[in-house]
Amino acid sequence: MTIYNESWEAVIGLEIHVQLATNSKLFSGASTNFGALPNTQACNIDLALPGVLPVLNEEVLKMAVKLGKALNANINSPTSFARKNYFYPDLPKGYQISQMDKPIVEGGFLDIELEDGTSKRIGVTRAHLEEDAGKSLHEDFEGQSGIDLNRSGTPLIEIVSEPDISSPKEAIAYLKSIHSIIRYLEISDGNMAEGSMRCDANVSVRKLGSKELGTRTETKNVNSFRFVEKAIQYEIERQISEIESGNTITQETRLYDSQANTTRPMRTKEYANDYRYFPEPDLLPVVLEDSFIKEIHEDMPEMPTEKKLRFIKEYGLSEYDSSLLASDKDLANFFETVADESKSAKLSANWIMGELSAELNKENLNILNSKVSAKQLGLLIKRIEDSTISGKIAKDVFEKMWSTGNEIDAIIEKEGLQQVTDLSEIETMVSKVINENPGQLQQYLSGKDRLFGFFVGQVMKESQGKANPSQVNEILKKKLKE
Amino acid sequence: MKLHELSLKEQLNGLIEGSFSSTELTEHYLNRISNLDKDLNSYITVTADLALQQAALSDERYKSSKALPLDGIPIAHKDIFCTEDVLTTCGSKMLSNFKAPYSSTVVNKLSSEGVVILGKTNMDEFAMGSSNETSFFGPVKNPWNKEYVPGGSSGGSAACVSAQLASAATATDTGGSIRQPAALCGLTGIKPTYGRVSRYGMIAFASSLDQGGVLARSAEDSAILLESMSGHDPKDSTSLKEEVPSFLDSIDSSINGIKIGLPKEFFERDLPEYVESSTKEAIETYKNLGAEIHEISLPNVDLSLPVYYIIAPAECSANLSRYDGVRYGYRCEDPKDIEDLYMRTREEGFGSEVKRRVLIGTYALSAGYYDAYYLKAQKCRRLVANDFSKAFESVDVILSPTTPGTSFKSGEKSNDPIEMYLQDIFTIPANLAGLPGISFPCGNHDGLPLGVQLVGNSLQEAKLLQAAHQFQKVTDWHNKFPEV
Repeated sequence: MTIYNESWEAVIGLEIHVQLATNSKLFSGASTNFGALPNTQACNIDLALPGVLPVLNEEVLKMAVKLGKALNANINSPTSFARKNYFYPDLPKGYQISQMDKPIVEGGFLDIELEDGTSKRIGVTRAHLEEDAGKSLHEDFEGQSGIDLNRSGTPLIEIVSEPDISSPKEAIAYLKSIHSIIRYLEISDGNMAEGSMRCDANVSVRKLGSKELGTRTETKNVNSFRFVEKAIQYEIERQISEIESGNTITQETRLYDSQANTTRPMRTKEYANDYRYFPEPDLLPVVLEDSFIKEIHEDMPEMPTEKKLRFIKEYGLSEYDSSLLASDKDLANFFETVADESKSAKLSANWIMGELSAELNKENLNILNSKVSAKQLGLLIKRIEDSTISGKIAKDVFEKMWSTGNEIDAIIEKEGLQQVTDLSEIETMVSKVINENPGQLQQYLSGKDRLFGFFVGQVMKESQGKANPSQVNEILKKKLKE
Repeated sequence: MKLHELSLKEQLNGLIEGSFSSTELTEHYLNRISNLDKDLNSYITVTADLALQQAALSDERYKSSKALPLDGIPIAHKDIFCTEDVLTTCGSKMLSNFKAPYSSTVVNKLSSEGVVILGKTNMDEFAMGSSNETSFFGPVKNPWNKEYVPGGSSGGSAACVSAQLASAATATDTGGSIRQPAALCGLTGIKPTYGRVSRYGMIAFASSLDQGGVLARSAEDSAILLESMSGHDPKDSTSLKEEVPSFLDSIDSSINGIKIGLPKEFFERDLPEYVESSTKEAIETYKNLGAEIHEISLPNVDLSLPVYYIIAPAECSANLSRYDGVRYGYRCEDPKDIEDLYMRTREEGFGSEVKRRVLIGTYALSAGYYDAYYLKAQKCRRLVANDFSKAFESVDVILSPTTPGTSFKSGEKSNDPIEMYLQDIFTIPANLAGLPGISFPCGNHDGLPLGVQLVGNSLQEAKLLQAAHQFQKVTDWHNKFPEV
């Protein structure tokens, strides 16, 4: 629990909207592709023409059941839809089809890992299906607004947590854990910048130890992990300082301004107070047979927590490494390919989280776009393990692989980087170095042990880095004694 | 006999036999419309060019022996059914400029059976009304007496079939909008089981109650048209998957032994003497046809009207939110901001009955009132439906008057919504329970027709059509037409 000003604690709940990666919309056959020209992916139903009716996309049910199972939750059957009424130009029907009384997913939890290595259980109240609105475009219309309905009707699942989160750090851990799950299940790309994952934060503060909840605010429009953390931090501090200066907190919806790093109240015009929910008469309640749920459950991939435990057991990795690698499905798959190829799990993990991550970050690439394939990285590590090249040369080779896209063995071959393991060749080089440095030899023999490193360096230089360092060490020790 | 005096079935036979062409028939109706409808106002749009094109195609199909089941029959569609490239107004200023870019399933189904579309018929605005006086396109007159209303909301469909300006017409029924105008205009009108006819492309008023159906001259004509309109539609999630039987197959069979229930709650009402006597006469006719008459009870049926006037407005308040001036339809002049656009578009675009119901519905769904109104209404709706289920354990059909009286004068009830709402007291229960109902003529009082209603169990349209047809074989009320 994070304590603010020594006597305050924060109570946080997150509402996470995840755009489901279906080919067509929740209630129409229009495409859901991102980035098409405005209003080219909106059909009669998305435009809410008079007389049109919604038809549920059943693919969405499968995705929701997967998520529910991954969140250890109940699947409601029948599950039903409701209308949420409000006027906004990008909401063509004047109501959003959502779920109220019988959300498809209810009563689950998620265990998150905290920085101190402990874990915390966050309750998941519910997850319900709903359709997304379109977009209002306020630029380039000379004082008017444009409406793009391409996004209108795109399926969303809104995951509502219990107010079990106590700090911005916990909020991020929870959000990242949800992100990892939806990516594992392949139900969404979870891209926050494109809006396929969005987060609203309900925040209140109270005196430490108090049982009563304070008045909460809902902060919207937070579109990156970093901003979620900052927005919550700001809101906690704002509320504490309001209360401490004798003011009260207004229950309201606020918008996060990432430029100024503040939150401001939404104008009341931007949201409705009373959504007048009622059951959607155009859709019958949906019955999900047990066999349908069971089939989906059995078909689910290994989830992040299971994978982490397996990495510890099967590869002997540390908890930290396993957790990091398992957090992202693509990263985990990459790792497994590297480890299988190299037969050295620890070295594979180090390389992925070291050199490879550094290059990826530098170029802002994700693991799927790595310029060195998992197989090639595995081979590189194998060449270190079988002493074909030294660890030091391996780094240069890796850089060459990254920049040229050439394969490891071709580079070694072409550049003649093969490690010198021929003992006589090393002996010759060692003798040469000793002979060329009589002064240093004298000092070494008179007790300056530090100079051993100098000789190693000279031999490595002589071999252009290709000599096997442990062999060099051994032979040097022997020769220097002679 | 003149072409318009023939029933739909007779016209179909004439076309098949080559006694006349669809073009002749269509031109005949178009001439009648241009001569007679200025006064009646039963059509909002007459699609003369389209009709003649369709008729010509139909004649070609007859010549090449490729005729479709309803080939060449000129009908009218209620202006609530979206019709591609044709103005579809729903009787409202809000959609007075709306040319539908697609066709409803009903229009598509009937077109694929070969019908000719004469035009789109007048109606109460967004199907809200019982007199066809709330239309933006002016009131429709009752062909039997032009000082009187034709009923509503399908008043245009009823008036045009009654005045023989179409062979038959499509219509919709949310609380009686097919059956009440059928009764007031001397027609046969059937509202099938909820979900029997697709609602796709039928502009929504109250989604859980709306159902498409037919206004025609007889049970036989109704059966022919309804069969072509019915059936499962994957575009309507509430559409029933059940097979549609041939409604004509059983229509000629005897109804000897049929059990007819008379709900005492309906007959205890204070009804005009002429309604009671006409209804009694209809019951006598059924007795002569071999029916068993049973008194039954629908103990919660009195809840129907209040329940309906919570649920229908609640659903309509959401269904009509899309008319905001943003994408199509009427838009106010020079809106100063989005709020102004919404407010003035809806203030200027909707008539007062529509606004009244949107307000009632919005209120009933509001936080703090939802449980007391909407939720309670849903529970009461279930009670009414249960009463019917119980009744159908002992009877086959339930008989009552369709309306509490014959038609009324224009303007007589338009300032008294409650009085107007009471028009539907006998028809609303079937909508709440999702059951099929049929009204057909059973008498005449002071030159105005009167109807009797049969309500059947779920999916029992065939039985209703059979019972009505057997009645019409021994009576003559359905063959009487007004002089226009």
